[in-house]
Amino acid sequence: MNVLEFTLLVAAGSFIAGLLGSLTGLGGGVVLVPLLTIFFKVDIRYAIGASLVSVIATSSGAAAAYVKEGFSNIRIGMFLEIATTLGALSGAFLAAFVSTKFLAIVFGLVLVYSAYLSRRPRSFEERNLPPNPLATKLKMNGSFPSEEGIRYYNVQGVPTGFSLMFGAGALSGLLGIGSGAVKVLAMDQAMKIPFKVSTTTSNFMIGVTAAASAGIYLNRGYIDPGLSMPVMLGVLAGSMLGVRILRKAETKVLRLVFSIVIVVLGIQMIYKGVAGTI
Amino acid sequence: MARKITDLEIEEVVGNLLRTGVTISAAVVLIGAFIYLGRHWNMPADYRIFRGEPSDYRSLSAILHSAFKWHGRGFIQLGLVLLIATPVARVAFAIWGFAAEHDRMYTIFTVIVLVILLYSLLGSGSAF
Repeated sequence: MNVLEFTLLVAAGSFIAGLLGSLTGLGGGVVLVPLLTIFFKVDIRYAIGASLVSVIATSSGAAAAYVKEGFSNIRIGMFLEIATTLGALSGAFLAAFVSTKFLAIVFGLVLVYSAYLSRRPRSFEERNLPPNPLATKLKMNGSFPSEEGIRYYNVQGVPTGFSLMFGAGALSGLLGIGSGAVKVLAMDQAMKIPFKVSTTTSNFMIGVTAAASAGIYLNRGYIDPGLSMPVMLGVLAGSMLGVRILRKAETKVLRLVFSIVIVVLGIQMIYKGVAGTI
Repeated sequence: MARKITDLEIEEVVGNLLRTGVTISAAVVLIGAFIYLGRHWNMPADYRIFRGEPSDYRSLSAILHSAFKWHGRGFIQLGLVLLIATPVARVAFAIWGFAAEHDRMYTIFTVIVLVILLYSLLGSGSAF
């Protein structure tokens, strides 16, 4: 394969990953690394570097659209970013010391788990919870526009959410993904933040988290321009198209199909890691 | 309610900042892509073996140097650095926003996040 063929094929693959990632809300990053390593035989460290860059692009691009709707909570996001950026630094440092086999296996497990998270029925949203003293002190309680008018919410479980966010950041720095699924889990389940606020605030945090590890990856020489270029442009174009057609598209079947793809890729990553062929 | 309005205003500026950052970096990457593909399109592509990038593409000064010489890969890397800088700029802007609202606690939180980000970019290697 020459550079032109490689660039066009990677751009096309990244476009599809970005499109499906934004249509299903699962993010393109999770399929990019397996796509690059399994089909294009790219070393997993280069793949993670390129994926990180695309995560920043899609998060920043989408955040511009989200913030106008008034769902995201900038205070919750900023407080939790202390945890995610520290986690991202730790993950990125760790990535230099672990073997590529280990990376592949962890990646596979995270893929399977995030597919499971996305398929699990969403728990009943608890409303009208009493204000939590710590969350109140941190000025995290907020409101958002819903169909029934402005809805107020009281944030719970700040220490648990903060710890989970450290983990989400570490995974992001280690594997080059946005780890949006873990972020939403922390906010939605542990902190009892309404789902819509969780997802938009999570998206707003993903770019900052990825930037924290991207600096280290750049310094270390893991970000290759020839590879990152088609990945970044492809994912960005794909996710922008995805956001545009999201309101019209029927995403239920798509989510199921994409979840199956993620599980298959996850099992392949685990297999390749165990067999040592990555 | 006065505080909420300010929050929304800040978020709107933040949204525009992010969009502008992404657009500029994508444009720079695209220029680099044309230069790079124009010169190297028929070279073999192989990313099977990890070598690590040469120092030309690791630090900002070297990347700028390479881009000024119209090297395609230097241009792409410059675009990627601009992209990484976009969320950092957003955090820096949020410091100003919280300070304008006289929210000392969140000004401090945001400064902590910015310090962590700058450490990653500047302190972890010799990037800038």
